[in-house]
Amino acid sequence: MIEMKGVNKSYRVRRREAGLGNAVKSLFSREYTEIPALRDMTFVIPSGQIVGYIGPNGAGKSTTIKILSGILRPDSGECRVCGLVPWEDRKRHVARLGVVFGQRSQLWWDVPVSDSMELLRDIYRVPQAKYRENLDRLTELLDLGDLLKTPARMLSLGQRMRCEIAAALLHSPEVLFLDEPTIGLDAVSKLKVREFILEQNRLCGTTVILTTHDMQDVDALCSRVLLIGKGRLLLDGSTAEIRAMAGENLSTEESVADLYRRFGI
Amino acid sequence: MKKYLSFFKMRLMAGLQYRTAALAGLSTQFIWGGMEVLIYRVLWNAHPERFPMGIEALSSYIWLQQAFLTLFAMWNWERDIIESVKTGAVAYELTRPADLYGMWMARSMALRLSRWLLRAAPVIVLGCLIPAPYGLRLRVSPAVFALFLLSSALMLTVVCAYSLFVYALTFHLTDPNGVMVLSTAAADLLGGGIVPLPFLPAGLRRIAELSPFGAMQNVPLRIFGGDIAGVEIAEAMGLQVLWSAVLISVGYALMRAGIRRVSLAGG
Repeated sequence: MIEMKGVNKSYRVRRREAGLGNAVKSLFSREYTEIPALRDMTFVIPSGQIVGYIGPNGAGKSTTIKILSGILRPDSGECRVCGLVPWEDRKRHVARLGVVFGQRSQLWWDVPVSDSMELLRDIYRVPQAKYRENLDRLTELLDLGDLLKTPARMLSLGQRMRCEIAAALLHSPEVLFLDEPTIGLDAVSKLKVREFILEQNRLCGTTVILTTHDMQDVDALCSRVLLIGKGRLLLDGSTAEIRAMAGENLSTEESVADLYRRFGI
Repeated sequence: MKKYLSFFKMRLMAGLQYRTAALAGLSTQFIWGGMEVLIYRVLWNAHPERFPMGIEALSSYIWLQQAFLTLFAMWNWERDIIESVKTGAVAYELTRPADLYGMWMARSMALRLSRWLLRAAPVIVLGCLIPAPYGLRLRVSPAVFALFLLSSALMLTVVCAYSLFVYALTFHLTDPNGVMVLSTAAADLLGGGIVPLPFLPAGLRRIAELSPFGAMQNVPLRIFGGDIAGVEIAEAMGLQVLWSAVLISVGYALMRAGIRRVSLAGG
């Protein structure tokens, strides 16, 4: 179970006008602006749900994920994931958490993928038998095969992403955060990744929070959608409800775009 | 502890892959060491009485310096770590049930050891083949050798703790390049990289010996060559322990403060 109650977070950003004069001026006095990233964010996600967390760029999606991962501490508000406050009990919390940041890699670049996997096994203290079992299952479902023996730098993006997802699940996490897991993937890889996420959720009851700009991901995976903009939760419902709100016969993609416009975000 | 050892093993394995780099580095070190010995030989022949070190101790210093270069050279930064902070990829490492400082310390040590393992032996062998007094003199007492090993381990700790201090600073700076260039230059001059510390003018030499850079290669190389002994060894190694403790605590505190700021890099 994931709970957020009244969470606020703002960043201090340095700003100045363009130009040399202003650049020199900023050497002596700097102006900071408080940018609110999350405002009174409140939601509850029960175990075993796949939730799409969507919103335009800069809406506060990554901030939420970072708070839930224990990387960031909010300015105020409460937050619990499986009973733990992420930033207070960071190590215990992250041991039950799997994370995939689609735009970054957790695999070591120059060594075969299986070496990275063994490192993760030791970091998460996965018993050897459990590790074998998980790796065998992931290898089969994600079609990893010989990829494990290949250095990460030699993999195509689609192959690498499958390995990244496997790497995030080696320690059987209860909660999985996927931050744009299908970004840049071709159609076949996308389908494979989606199919796998559903399978993982069905078999292991893994709770999944998915942030994405790809509405087909949302259509295929998410029973529930949280729509946020400018740091606020704007809508909480199913994809069908979102389409119904937009009216007419629009696809989820068009409905979401329509809602972005309507909310002015 | 096992996870940090695994990190160590991983970095070691990754580092051992770069054969060509090791070969290129080796030949540079042979030539560089040979050149240095030749230069000092000329100076020695001109004014042996003005040398602050014996030519034997000096030659051993130079060859060991070349053999241990990758272990202590300040420029041996872990670029991946700096990149990960600048791009925000460090977020991944913060989602691990392990301490970031510990992970990076294990990585830094392994990076240096992996490079060192590939290069040390050939330089030591060659250094020994060169006739006295210009070669590496390996005849040292077991006690001195033990002190040498211990102070080498302390040197590695000081060097890595200093690197981690710079990595932790990266959280607070837009670009750490300036600090890195300055650190490299300072470590070369004040650590006994350009010339052994006894060759520096007395005042500067004292500053160098008390600085964190003087707690690096300076100590084990001079112990081995027999240039310092007794109380001087005790003082030098005491400073190594002190600087390890200071650099680790400051680096750790800076990192903790820095982690709170990762927020901004790369949304």
